[in-house]
Amino acid sequence: MSSIPIEYFLILSAFMFVVGITGVLIRRNAIVVFMCIELMLNSANLTLVTFSSYLGNPIGQIFVFFVMTVAAAEAAVGLAIIIAVFRNKLTVNIDEINIFKW
Amino acid sequence: MNAEFILFIVLALIAAVSSVMMITRSNAVISAVFLVLNFFALAGLYLLLNAQFISVVQVIVYAGAIMVLFLFVLMLLRTENEPKVFLDKRPLKLFAILITVFVFIQVSYLIFVGKPSGNLTPDEMKSIDAGTIQTIGKELYTNYIIPFEVAGFLLLAATIGAMVLAKKKFE
Repeated sequence: MSSIPIEYFLILSAFMFVVGITGVLIRRNAIVVFMCIELMLNSANLTLVTFSSYLGNPIGQIFVFFVMTVAAAEAAVGLAIIIAVFRNKLTVNIDEINIFKW
Repeated sequence: MNAEFILFIVLALIAAVSSVMMITRSNAVISAVFLVLNFFALAGLYLLLNAQFISVVQVIVYAGAIMVLFLFVLMLLRTENEPKVFLDKRPLKLFAILITVFVFIQVSYLIFVGKPSGNLTPDEMKSIDAGTIQTIGKELYTNYIIPFEVAGFLLLAATIGAMVLAKKKFE
């Protein structure tokens, strides 16, 4: 671990976060958009674990633990909402789900 | 060039390539499988960072529970394939990619020139100690007991909320 510069981990995390943003912007399937959000959460986790490990401080990893809890809750509720929307509209394409759009 | 560095390069390449593959496949199930690959690569990186507990939880919770839920819903709804990702609304999507590339350049400038990490020299012994389940468990059950209880309550609320939302007669 000490032979790898911390910047390499940070740049990998930044790359994954940016790929996640791109996915949210260009994909039309609501479930895939959800998965891209999970990817972004994971890249933030990687940064937290990197700093936690390089500083020798466990607090960052405890924070990652809570992020995982929230991600699990968010995935369960979000997928339930997608199922409810699918039952009404018979699609998960976010271009066609626009009843709130004026 | 020691073994650690080679391992990092391999895992980082798997993580980066699988994330790009995930957002470019038109079939959502294939996207999900690439995301699982990405999570496994991340678990390997966590091990490289001496975060054993987080690494194991990553495999069990993320690659296991959450992705199974995603795949279950994908196969339940059986969504049709998107047309090839870059076929429709090409200028809009190219603009989106331009923006994110710009953001990435900004962030990498900050990381390599701004140096938020300073001249950090990691202490291998301290970092091995920080990642064990003993240390994390002790912190969780002493200093972080209230956030821990709140997390449990959040999970309960999410379980009930998901059941109510996905129930047959939703009104």
